[in-house]
This record gives sequence, structure tokens and C-alpha cells, in this order.
Amino acid sequence: MTKIGYYPGCSLLGTAREYDESLRAILPRMGVELVDVPDWNCCGASSAHMLNHELSLSLPARILSSAENKGITDMLVPCAACYNRFVMTIHELNEDSKLRARVADITGLDYRGTIHPLNILEFLEKRTDAVKAATALPFERNVACYYGCLLVRPPTVMKFDRSEDPRTMDDLMSAVGANPVDWAFKVECCGAGLSITSPALVGKLSGRIIENAVKSGAEAIIVACPLCHANLDMRRSAINKAAGKKYTVPVLYITQAVGLAMGLKEKELGLHRHLVKVRFPADRGAAQAPTHAQPAADSEPAQTEEA
Amino acid sequence: MGAITHSRKSNSLPALLQKFTGVAVSRCYQCGKCSAGCPLAEEMDYTPSRILRMLQLGLDGHEDSILRSFSLWVCLACETCYARCPQEVDIPKMMDFLRAESVSRKKVNPRGRDLLKFHQTLLDSVRYTGRLYEVGLIAGYKARTLNIFQDLMLAPRLYLLGKLKLFPHFIKNRKSLSRIYEKTGA
Repeated sequence: MTKIGYYPGCSLLGTAREYDESLRAILPRMGVELVDVPDWNCCGASSAHMLNHELSLSLPARILSSAENKGITDMLVPCAACYNRFVMTIHELNEDSKLRARVADITGLDYRGTIHPLNILEFLEKRTDAVKAATALPFERNVACYYGCLLVRPPTVMKFDRSEDPRTMDDLMSAVGANPVDWAFKVECCGAGLSITSPALVGKLSGRIIENAVKSGAEAIIVACPLCHANLDMRRSAINKAAGKKYTVPVLYITQAVGLAMGLKEKELGLHRHLVKVRFPADRGAAQAPTHAQPAADSEPAQTEEA
Repeated sequence: MGAITHSRKSNSLPALLQKFTGVAVSRCYQCGKCSAGCPLAEEMDYTPSRILRMLQLGLDGHEDSILRSFSLWVCLACETCYARCPQEVDIPKMMDFLRAESVSRKKVNPRGRDLLKFHQTLLDSVRYTGRLYEVGLIAGYKARTLNIFQDLMLAPRLYLLGKLKLFPHFIKNRKSLSRIYEKTGA
């Protein structure tokens, strides 16, 4: 077993708990064990950097120091928003020694710069062989891989994949037997933090994403961010209202899609926690297509139907 | 470094912006790529390129209009503008700075007040528990803005799906967070 540091972030303990559950379900098959960052706090999310720059650096800095003190060097951060805050903080602290001293004074902790946050795609990409080897039920579906904003932007700081047309998730999904579709909204914004304050606006922004995914033939949308999932799944009624359609395309975390391909059960992967039920259109006749996520009695053929 | 903007005053908004963030509005040559790619441009009163132009010109009333704009609040910091800017103007950083100025000078756009309350509620929740407590955030926000009926139908469904927790999680060393909040003046 390889041990790796783990920062779940607040969402994975609440609305995105199936992301945490599915991650924990697939890890043993890759020989990985998680070591929690001790007594971790919230990274401050968008709200901290929206209002207070020093706070937006100090909250992640406390976590980084705490992880370093525990001896963690690689830290898996499945939430794209938290991951972005860590990378941005490390970047700013490394660039500016005065700022680094100021943040050390605020937190009262020493940040040494020995820690390396990993996003879920980097983490899985490094273990593609193990993922392939564990694939028992190839996920033979057309999928739209949705990266959103925070994994790839700003590219000068994130330095992850191609900022306009990333491939990492597409390659991973191919590795488990899926067919990633070519589509235009891979890195468009879902509306993120406006979810609670302006659901109608989110309906519009996320609606465009769903519409393009469906038009491109996707049977499922794959995500790697709790905010993207919340907006595309939990806000589906606002999306359908804005679009005047009834979209039924399910939204899966990458860890859930990989878990299905590994033959894990729906419950182990938290698929029952989605608002948009994870079921797929009638089989195209592929022998090994995963049908365990699809109730036998269900025969909804269309991805969309006019409301 | 020569004149960075058309405005020569050291306390002008573009001068303060450059001093505190390093963002120089003079770099912008108005190609408009930021506004073209901005997913929220159509909701904004001033698009990102227009804000940059207004800061460059520094005419009477421009600074006030910017600080009172809704743009500052509807911007999601999705970073598309910065990723595509040929001059690498860090527009999200500029927006963060302008938003903070708008708050400290008490010029928050009336339509931006709900968003400000949302961010404040979130940060308060973190201050006292150490983590973001989603139920507290949503309830606190809805109460602060009197939007209590919005999303009322969603909560029971989320609870049944096991996505909402009834009680917040408190981290052990909450003193260390009080320290951070006090020292950053948050």
C-alpha cells in the first residue's frame, strides 16, 4: 500500500459525500491508502479571495503547514476548488518572500514549501495501468468529460494539461472503455458560487453545458469538481426551466465512473445520492455494457424530451 | 517605470491597483477577448474590457461607477479572461481588489449585497467552526437576505439523499482560526 496525504475539503463531507465514498471505494484496487491532514480547516473557497486577499492565503497556508508537520509530501485534493486555492497559495508564497513572512506571522505557522497538492486527474493518470488492470466491466458509453474552470485556469499558475482543450480525463475514460465525445464546453464555467444566490443564472450557464454535451451525443457527463456536480445535478430543475426541456443525462464523478468500470456496486459509489438518477438509455447491444446502474424495469430511451 | 495610466494621481484607483496587486491597466490594448469569453458578460453593467478602459481613462465619475457596478459581484473568478488575455492582464485579481475597495468604501451595488452577504456568511461559518457547514451557510444566507422560501423544496430531498448534515463539524484548534481572522481583519 502506498500512503498519500488527503485533504477532502468541506463539500466531500456534505453535498459531495459520494465523491469521497467513490474515491475510497476505488483506492484499495490501486493499492493506495489515505492519510488525513490533521485538524484541517476550510480553504476559504471563492469567498475568501473575493473579499480578503490575506485571508485567502492564510487559510490554505494553515492546512499546508499542518500537512507538512504530519510528514505529508503528496496531498490528494479531489475538490477542484480547494486544489486551485492550494496551488494559487503556493504560487503566491513562493513568488513573494515578504508576503510569505506576512502569512507566517498571521498563521503563526511555518510553511516550508515541501508539499505538493495533486488533483484527482493527475493522481489517476499516474495510476492508469492499475486502473486498466482493475477494469472488469468496461464503461462502454459516450461520455462528455467536463473539466470546468479551476483545474486548468489560470494556466500560468495551474500548469495542468491544455487550458482550452484538456485531455487527461478523456484519456482516463478511454482507458476504462468509454468513448469520450468531442464537445465545446469542456472548460466553460457552470456558474459555481452563484448556485445559492442566483439559481436562475446557474440554470442558464449550466444549461448551455448540458445542452452541448447532449447534442454531442453524451450519455453521461463526467466531472472532477463538487461545484460542477452540484450545479449540473442538484440544479437540474433550474436548468430544465431555463432550457424549456427535460434533460435526463446523469452526471458522474470520475471516481464513480472508474468504480463502475471496476465492477463496484451502485451503493459503494454513492450513485443513489444523485438527484438525476444514474441510468442509461437502452443498451446498444454491447455485451459488457454496464447495466447494473440501470434498473431493469426502466426503459426511458431519450436523453431529452420536450417539456 | 513611467506613467502607468492617463491619471497621474497616486491615490487613483489604477495606481492603488498596481501598488497592491501589480496589475497594470495600461497593458490592456482593448482587444476585447476578455469580454467575448466572459460567461457573465451579458449580466454585467460594465464588461471586463470596459472596466479596464475606464480605469485607463480615469475620467470624472469612472472610478465611482466601477466601484458601484454589479460586474464586481457577478464575476465568478472563472479565470477565462486571464487565461485568454494576450497581454496577461490578471483581470480576476483586479476584480478581487476592486470588490474589496467597493466594500471598504461602502459602495456595494444594491444587487451585489446579497452576494456579499453570501460570502460573509460562508466566512463566518468557517471562522466559528473551522469548516464550511453547508446547512448553516444556506440557512444563514437565506435568513440574512430574507430569501427563506427559495430552495425550501430542495432541502428535504438533499437530506433524504444523505447530503445534508444536521450538525456542523468543529475542528479542534479553533483558536488558530480566530488568530487568522483577527490578524487579517476579516
